[in-house]
Amino acid sequence: MTAHAIELAANPRAPAGNPMLPVPYRVERVRRETYDTFTLEMVPAQAPGLAAFLPGQFNMLYAFGAGEVPISISGDPNDCPILLHTIRAVGAVTKALCALKRGDMIGLRGPFGSGWPVKQAVDQDVVILAGGIGLAPLRPALYHLLHDRRKYRRISLLYGARTPEDILYLRELERWRGQFDLEIDVTVDRGGAGWRGNVGVVTTLLPRATFDPAGTIAMLCGPEVMMRFCVLDLRKCGVPPQRIFVSVERNMQCGTGFCGHCQYGPAFICKDGPVFSFDRVEPIFGKAEV
Amino acid sequence: MIQTLDSVIREHAFFKDLEEHHIQFIAGCATNVRFQEDQFIFREGDDADHFYFVREGLVSIELLVPRRGAVTVQTVGPGDVLGWSWLAPPYRWHFDGRAKCPTRALAFDGKCLRAKCEEDHDLGYEMLKRFYNMAFERLDATRLQLLDIYDGPRD
Repeated sequence: MTAHAIELAANPRAPAGNPMLPVPYRVERVRRETYDTFTLEMVPAQAPGLAAFLPGQFNMLYAFGAGEVPISISGDPNDCPILLHTIRAVGAVTKALCALKRGDMIGLRGPFGSGWPVKQAVDQDVVILAGGIGLAPLRPALYHLLHDRRKYRRISLLYGARTPEDILYLRELERWRGQFDLEIDVTVDRGGAGWRGNVGVVTTLLPRATFDPAGTIAMLCGPEVMMRFCVLDLRKCGVPPQRIFVSVERNMQCGTGFCGHCQYGPAFICKDGPVFSFDRVEPIFGKAEV
Repeated sequence: MIQTLDSVIREHAFFKDLEEHHIQFIAGCATNVRFQEDQFIFREGDDADHFYFVREGLVSIELLVPRRGAVTVQTVGPGDVLGWSWLAPPYRWHFDGRAKCPTRALAFDGKCLRAKCEEDHDLGYEMLKRFYNMAFERLDATRLQLLDIYDGPRD
């Protein structure tokens, strides 16, 4: 059993009641993050709401009349019962979710899946590599690490976005950058005339981060192709595959490993993932049709 | 503590495992340089007689595009090596290099190193391996950049 599996077994966070029954939540606030990405802040319409979540877990969000989608939880795990989900409006359901207003109701099921190895990362350096909206599932892990900051050694957040306008949580990133206990580097693929920061893919930030490869836990979330290149570079730096964690995304529907839509080799992403240590998924990671 | 140029070079991953006499020679070709914000380090078409090891700051590699102005295609920062045009004919810069903020670097005399590499093929091979690897990594990064991977699926 891997350290990550032991961590999850010791602290399972699963739906408290019937996992197939949506719990009504009320939208308290809709925050526009970028031109197409929004964060919904929600509270349970009636007590007790969903069970507490682990950083990295996701909920199924049911927009009434539109459908249900899996969305990672992007808020602070210590900030119960408020739930935050950052959603990019790309399809019919996510567009319906992004059109919600304060006071609107939605149905939530969860929390589902595995979390980031925040316990395994105690006394280790932590390197967080995020791309695009992949920062959202990693934000709860960052909140957790910062909440227990003394338990961890160096923490680096390396974040890549398409353009400066696509950077998520800009104000929060600026605030974190102002702290002396967190190394933050941001890059964009295309910077405009006013952009004074890095231009290039997120992997180009890795050589500038300070970490001890043998004592590092790396957490990766973003497009799969980005993660493939990040893994290559992390391994080149000497980080072993069992210390690299990736969040994999597939067509998750039931959230309980029952329907089989999200089968990923021998695992179901909704139940066994979405966070996997790389050594577990290495043979199938990036393979076409898996 | 003041670091000597050879110790700075010896500690950098780019020059890792180079023989001591090669380190000493390279250090002899190096000088400390500083650039102000927005100062050009090199301009497209100029003779490429140097390469740089950025110690502090940020440098943008730019191309002037009609009606769009200077477009940054990439930035290099602390720990990165900047410039490989000194190594291949016609030894001219293909892009502009501009400091985005006050930048400190080591500048290496590429002309001098080029001549030495012709003489000492062991050094030449070591330098080519390192610059090839850097070019390979930059090509990978550029391909990834071209993929526009953050656009994501839409339905």
